[in-house]
Amino acid sequence: MYIYDEYDRRIQGQRVTQFRAQMERYLDGQLEEAEFLPLRLQNGLYVQRLAPMLRICVPYGLMNSRQLRKMAHITRTYDKGYCHISTRQNIQLNWPQLEEVPDILEELLEVEMHCNQTSGNCIRNTTTDQFAGVATDELVDPRPYCELIRQWSTFHPEFAFLPRKFKIAVSATQEDRAAIRVHDIGLQIVRNDAGDLGFSVFVGGGLGRTPVIGSLINEFVPEQHLLTYLEAILRIYNQFGRRDNKFKARIKILVRAMTPEVFAEKVEQEWQHLRDGSATLTQAEIDRAHSYFTEPAYEPLDDAAAQAELDRLAGDNKAFSNWLKRNVRDHKKPGYAAVNLSLKPTGIAPGDITDRQLEIIADLADDFSFGEVRTTHEQNMVLADVRKSDLFDLWQKAKAAGFATPNIGTLTDIICCPGGDFCSLANAKSIPIAEAIQRQFEDLDYLYDLGDIDLNISGCMNACGHHHVGHIGILGVDKKGEEFYQVTLGGNSSNDASLGKVIGPSFTAEDMPSVVQKIIDVYVEQRTEEEPFIDTVNRLGIAPFKERVYAKAS
Amino acid sequence: MPKLVKDGAIVDNEWTLMAKPEGEASEASVPAGKVIVPLSVWLARKDALTARDDIGVWLDTDETADQLGEDARRLPLVAVHFPAFADGRAFTNARLLRERFGFTGELRAVGYFLAEQACYLRRCGVNAFDFGADREQHLQATVDALDDFTEYYQASVDQPLPLFRRRPS
Ligand code: HEM
Ligand code: SF4
Repeated sequence: MYIYDEYDRRIQGQRVTQFRAQMERYLDGQLEEAEFLPLRLQNGLYVQRLAPMLRICVPYGLMNSRQLRKMAHITRTYDKGYCHISTRQNIQLNWPQLEEVPDILEELLEVEMHCNQTSGNCIRNTTTDQFAGVATDELVDPRPYCELIRQWSTFHPEFAFLPRKFKIAVSATQEDRAAIRVHDIGLQIVRNDAGDLGFSVFVGGGLGRTPVIGSLINEFVPEQHLLTYLEAILRIYNQFGRRDNKFKARIKILVRAMTPEVFAEKVEQEWQHLRDGSATLTQAEIDRAHSYFTEPAYEPLDDAAAQAELDRLAGDNKAFSNWLKRNVRDHKKPGYAAVNLSLKPTGIAPGDITDRQLEIIADLADDFSFGEVRTTHEQNMVLADVRKSDLFDLWQKAKAAGFATPNIGTLTDIICCPGGDFCSLANAKSIPIAEAIQRQFEDLDYLYDLGDIDLNISGCMNACGHHHVGHIGILGVDKKGEEFYQVTLGGNSSNDASLGKVIGPSFTAEDMPSVVQKIIDVYVEQRTEEEPFIDTVNRLGIAPFKERVYAKAS
Repeated sequence: MPKLVKDGAIVDNEWTLMAKPEGEASEASVPAGKVIVPLSVWLARKDALTARDDIGVWLDTDETADQLGEDARRLPLVAVHFPAFADGRAFTNARLLRERFGFTGELRAVGYFLAEQACYLRRCGVNAFDFGADREQHLQATVDALDDFTEYYQASVDQPLPLFRRRPS
């Protein structure tokens, strides 16, 4: 994990002082509301329907147990005792007091945390695979590159007032778990024929009002040119991105207007001025970044023995066996496994977590996973380095604390935005819809039979809940002041990224569980053996689903 | 006399800003004294204006630094205009003027920007901050905000080496 040196500490400390001064000027009336707005947003501070909201940065989703305990303390002291894991791997506080935010920043600083650029029209937190470093299928650990991007983008003086917010995601695996094609810039780490490491660069993806899948503009940017190439893209965007209309200000609109080919050429021209300049990465710096993400002190373990014992325990205990199947993943090291902690028990807003649970996870991380934990873009958490021989023990403790719901990747592992319960932009509530669907599909055997299904819910077009890329997507819409829900099918955020298609007119909240049930019924009837939901939808198209859902009761 | 912040101190503003002409830029009359003319006027009247040493040029946000290009080297002052403080194009223009077009004179922010942006602007090469006569209450805050940060990760005009090339290894 990255550790601050004196430079990082100085920079982050100066940021807290700066924000305190900005807040004072605002409270004194020297800064107008509209003037303070971008300043507070760049510190993650929103003003929401019911209270301010503070978005705390979790760089590429990685935290240690000290930081978790500090989060617990902050949610207890400054908020109502719970916080929220967001789809960008950050943590949100729903009820802080405006005036207390500088104090919260100071507390965060003590554990090397901050709220830098978690909102506003600037480069946001760079995200990646939650299994980075332990995945069996990765080329290299993507986190050192995320860290290099973090430093480059933090308080970048030229790009703090972009036309719109800007998000970068990095993936180093064949199976994309970072949704890179729906980011403003998606970086796929690759090796070229000569064996050199570099990046395939996608630009112009994004969800929101105009969902777009990113275009590949460069197949191979050598690793030492990462930052200069990013700088060239950002500079083109800052100069030519639209500023007259906030809905057309994203880079996706610029790339489409120019065409990806012309955009790529412009970047190439700009890059010719920057490449080999001082921002070109040195091998020493790349090595330094890697040095923070070395392997923890793994023990040499007997995988076969550990697995045999696990199989025995699983054979005796259905619940444990379910959990192993759904929530535990392979690890690159023999005898180890990566564990998903589900934040999706029925009836809790997806991603919500209490102060006490944060502390329990901190303890579990210390006892079972080298003191580290990750947040996921599916709004769950991960203990990445657990000995297989500890899994049973861990499971019992996680279960007692409420985050061993064995539903990872299933229909009830719903991605859901805060919607009308918290968000002033919402057209409709989303949390109660998630809950109603979770209740409809409570039978675990049935749920497992359905296999992997992404169900994503957003309360409005802004698509915070990624509804466009859910296999089943649900979008809150407003019709003459009443809440309705539009359903899409066939979205996918992975490699073959695609946007869901709307199946037809929207439904009421009460309809939603049965609408999802009908969609699932068609799948169960039509699937070939072992065929995942998304493949059935892609094979059949939306027509049969549509027919069933809108069929008149006979 | 109106004031501005220059090189970290509050000083008299000796220059006047000429608005964009209503009609043809080539017909616009440029007053005597230290004047900052719009880019269009400079481009249309370059031959006549070059003879004067009291002419500066200002770029609007939808004008790019390369439109002034190498001409910048000859000028004592170039200004970048903020029609709105959230319009960040001026940051790129400032940087390009310094880094690509070799401008070494006074680089001035004009229009509607914030004291809170001063540090970033300075990093992009701006060394003078003109809020206009009606927003002079922000001058002192600007002087203070110039030092919001004294260390930076990435390269920019005031620190051409990124931190990773300066960190002791
Ligand atoms: C309650 C306060 C929130 C507000 C006011 C808010 C506002 C917005 C807005 C305006 C957008 C629009 C982006 C666009 O036009 O492209 C957006 C996008 C997004 N929000 Fe939120 N949001 C909130 C909470 C959340 C939460 C809780 C999450 C995570 C669970 C989240 C994750 C996202 C993501 C991932 C996007 C990106 C969609 C894209 O790729 O374009 N937001 N949000
Ligand atoms: S999708 Fe809409 S309703 Fe949901 S959090 Fe985002 S802005 Fe709010």
